[in-house]
Amino acid sequence: MCTSFKGELLVGHHNFGTGVVRGSTATDSFKAALYLASATVNASTTAYSATNEVSGTGYTAGGVAVTFGTAPSTSGTTAFVTPSASISYTTVTLATAFDCVLLYNSTQSNKAVSVHTFGSQTVTAGTFTLTMPTNDASTGLIRLA
Amino acid sequence: MAIVTTTKGDMDDSLLEKKEGIIDNDNETTSWVEYWLEGELVHRSVDMTLKRMTVTGEAVAQSLS
Repeated sequence: MCTSFKGELLVGHHNFGTGVVRGSTATDSFKAALYLASATVNASTTAYSATNEVSGTGYTAGGVAVTFGTAPSTSGTTAFVTPSASISYTTVTLATAFDCVLLYNSTQSNKAVSVHTFGSQTVTAGTFTLTMPTNDASTGLIRLA
Repeated sequence: MAIVTTTKGDMDDSLLEKKEGIIDNDNETTSWVEYWLEGELVHRSVDMTLKRMTVTGEAVAQSLS
C-alpha cells in the first residue's frame, strides 16, 4: 500500500464507489459526542445518534466542535491526523457515568469517524477536557498504519 | 483563595473540601478534582490525556497494509 494513498484518503482524493459531491475543498466540520457507559458504541457505529448520548446541564446534544488545524501528514508508512486543540465540555453536569467519545463528520451526514473509550467518568458543575495525544505516526488520534 | 463553580453557585474554595486523584494507565492519564460541601459533591472536573486510544478494545490504528 502506498503511503501517499493513505494520506490522500484522509483528504478525500480517492473514490472507489459512490462518493459525495463536495461543495468546496474546505476541511469538513467534525464534532465529538459523549456516550453513557451503558451505550453500545463501537467500530460498527456508522453515524452519530442521540441514543444513549450523555445529557445534563450545559451539554448540548451532538457534542462540541473539533478543530483540525493541522492537515493530515505521513511518516514512515503511517498517515495520521489529530485535532489541534483539546476537546472540552465546559461547565457541565453529567451525572450518569460515560466512557467513550464518538468523533463524527457533521458535514457529511454525521458519519462516524472513530470511537475512543476510556475509564468511566462523571462531571459535576465542572469541565471535562480531552487533551489530544502528540500528533505523530505512533500516537496521533487517527492513524492509518 | 479561588472561586470554584459549584452546584450551589460560585464559591470560595476555602469553604470547600478538595479531593484530587490521578489515573495513569496504557490508555489515558486522567486527573480529577472534586470539591465537597458538608458531604455533598458540588464540583467535579476531569482532565484526560489520551495516550493509546482504543475502540472498545481494538487498536485505533486501522491496518491498511
